[in-house]
Amino acid sequence: MSDADPAPEDTHVAEDAPDHGLKGPAPDERPHPEGRRNSQGIRIDPEVEAEPDVRQAVLSALVTHEPGVLARVSGLFSRRQFNIESLTVGPTQNEDYARITLVVEEPEPGIEQAKKQLGKLIPVVSVRELDPDAVCRELALIKVDGEHPDQVAAVAEMYDATVVDASAESVTVEVTGTENTIDNAIDTFERFGIREITRTGSAALERGPRETAAPHSE
Amino acid sequence: MSERVTPEAEEDPEATPEPEHEAAAEHEPTDEMDADGIATGATSVITALEKAGVTAAFGVQGGAIMPVYDALYDSSQIRHVMMAHEQGAAHAADAYGVVASKPGVALATSGPGATNLVTGIADANMDSDAMLALTGQVPSDMVGSDAFQETDTIGVTTPITKHNYFASDPDTVGDAVGEAFSLAGTGRPGPTLVDLPKDVTQGEAGRDPGAPRPPETYNPQMEADEQDVKVAARAIERAEKPLLLFGGGVIKADASETARAFATEHGIPVVTTMPGIGSFPEDHDLCLSWAGMHGTGYANMAITHTDLLIAVGTRFDDRLTGGVETFAPEAEVVHVDIDPAEISKNVHAEYPLVGDAGRVIDQLDATMERSPDAREWREQCLQWKEEYPMDYAAPEDEPLKPQFVVEAFDAATDDDTIVTTGVGQHQMWASQYWTFTEPRTWVSSHGLGTMGYGLPSAIGARLAADQMGDEDRDVICFDGDASFLMTMQELAVAVRENLDVTVAILNNEYIGMVRQWQDAFYERRRMAAEYNWCPEFDMIAEAFGARGWRVDDYDEVAPTIEEALDYDGPSVIDFHVDPAENVYPMVPSGGANGKFALTEDQL
Repeated sequence: MSDADPAPEDTHVAEDAPDHGLKGPAPDERPHPEGRRNSQGIRIDPEVEAEPDVRQAVLSALVTHEPGVLARVSGLFSRRQFNIESLTVGPTQNEDYARITLVVEEPEPGIEQAKKQLGKLIPVVSVRELDPDAVCRELALIKVDGEHPDQVAAVAEMYDATVVDASAESVTVEVTGTENTIDNAIDTFERFGIREITRTGSAALERGPRETAAPHSE
Repeated sequence: MSERVTPEAEEDPEATPEPEHEAAAEHEPTDEMDADGIATGATSVITALEKAGVTAAFGVQGGAIMPVYDALYDSSQIRHVMMAHEQGAAHAADAYGVVASKPGVALATSGPGATNLVTGIADANMDSDAMLALTGQVPSDMVGSDAFQETDTIGVTTPITKHNYFASDPDTVGDAVGEAFSLAGTGRPGPTLVDLPKDVTQGEAGRDPGAPRPPETYNPQMEADEQDVKVAARAIERAEKPLLLFGGGVIKADASETARAFATEHGIPVVTTMPGIGSFPEDHDLCLSWAGMHGTGYANMAITHTDLLIAVGTRFDDRLTGGVETFAPEAEVVHVDIDPAEISKNVHAEYPLVGDAGRVIDQLDATMERSPDAREWREQCLQWKEEYPMDYAAPEDEPLKPQFVVEAFDAATDDDTIVTTGVGQHQMWASQYWTFTEPRTWVSSHGLGTMGYGLPSAIGARLAADQMGDEDRDVICFDGDASFLMTMQELAVAVRENLDVTVAILNNEYIGMVRQWQDAFYERRRMAAEYNWCPEFDMIAEAFGARGWRVDDYDEVAPTIEEALDYDGPSVIDFHVDPAENVYPMVPSGGANGKFALTEDQL
């Protein structure tokens, strides 16, 4: 090496270093701690490792009423692999805002993540997870064979449903209720032969004067 | 893509309203007006940039963005650098922003112009770099018709921007540009984009844009909750093996001084992430350099054995953590971040502190009543530094070692030198063997890992340094042979604009990092990683009008570096380095940081 080369203290060239590698104790010669984390990055007792329970959460997001917001929200959920049960969107009493209601199924950290990631979207004004007793409703239209219109009407009454269309071949019933109620209604209507079903996702509001997701909350 | 001008759009009488000559005659043309003296959407765009203090923009012309470029013609404040490719414009704007500490600006036309920006926008998004992209778009009434050079730029860039805007009105387009610029640099930084339909930029604007400001609903939390700070401060006081982990957020928050003072006052050893390089001087006794896949052995030992990890401005990327099951397995975590979504995203934080890096460190410092008793821990960390040195062999009978080239450059340049890189082995050697002491001197592609980032980012960094009055600062781009091949057309720009950058290609005639992985994990089956022919980069440099050298031997290294640094203009040194050299230490993907390999047989 010439005089113009860097001074020896400027380099890590060492004669005792292995060629194509570095020196030092090998992996099995080093101390390794006993601790562990689970796949959520939470420190756990390795003896009792368990994956956290998945739970359902209803999120309500107040968003600015502008084109493309639904695509931003649905795109976020798909690219971050959040498990989404349903999503509805509609205008509110304030024409500047729309409300999106999402039902998600995730372990606890995933629900927190979904809320925070939603909150980062610029058109999302506020996000809240609703209390378990919040009013949640969805609507289904169920079209069944029209051979027994009287019986269909009788079953509809059991579910506070309404016959909204009837013809010689088919009867269409509108049911509103919780997801469970609608699942049960569909099971019951199956005896008449279901031709087609369409369901909305859940729309939800908090009970009493509690705010669902307001411009100034969170 | 050579022909970007659509004759139809140019001649479209509806998109180009005839100026009202009488009204025009009443006004003297000003900076805010176009050639006909009319304020348009395009002049509003430029006015908004000027009001935001923009002095540089990087871009490529094309049909749908022409009105904006026409308005730029009259701006004396903004220096536009015409790049060879839009990807280069995005990387240059990104790097300009990193060095100048304000959002860089990139311009491109619709369709291919916008899609060519995508890699650079995604890169900025992964590294939380502030950047504003302005893209032309086909006229509004043609959107959705698959018009010439139409791409749904908003749709394409939504997943990779902090936010994007579709401009719809010449009166408000300037406000949208100002808001996008401001949003890019506020809170957690990131790229924003405004898509500009040609009728909106050509249309007459009735008003000037206001001062740039972020959206009203955007209010990032700057200070952490006082009670949370107290609880975290108590945890730090009682820690026996505390470790600070400084991420890129420390640099972005301009909190390096605060962070350094905190570490030294309380005697807490420091590890950085790769984007955090420069937040803490690497020649300081407390500094263990950076942790992760190719981080130092001592950094990875410290992170494996700490009992309290105080992480500031990091998102716990998998290249840092390795397998999350074995990451800092003994540690409680204090996590300071301005983005609440990063808290407990990958690694659970017992002590979450949402806020600006500098402000929260100040809060912690003000709340701590004593420093942790970490004397033994500091000694342990120093011992690891001795146990796992970064020493390498450089036998005379083997080809030039790439690490030596990095160290020779470091020795030949000042501390404020800016280093940019591509992605791969050369990037790792540059970050390992250069001793960084100042923030915003390390400019690299971390999260996205974009080969080809080095040269265009050097161009952006050079312009930023020049505009900051630091013409004497050196800008060095360490590049790989394969990375350089991806964006080397930007040499034409560096020559044309006389930008003094020095490119050091660590040429091993391999896609080296892939070759290293193939050797370790794919039974040396070197598929699509080795060339049987490689261009002569020194001659390519000369053909572009830059200076070029080729170096094969140790005794040529220092004199050639000196010659290249002395040359006032772009230059390229093609260092033919040992093709068999590998990057160590190495934590295999998903492995435990504490089990880093030092040689191939340990993988």
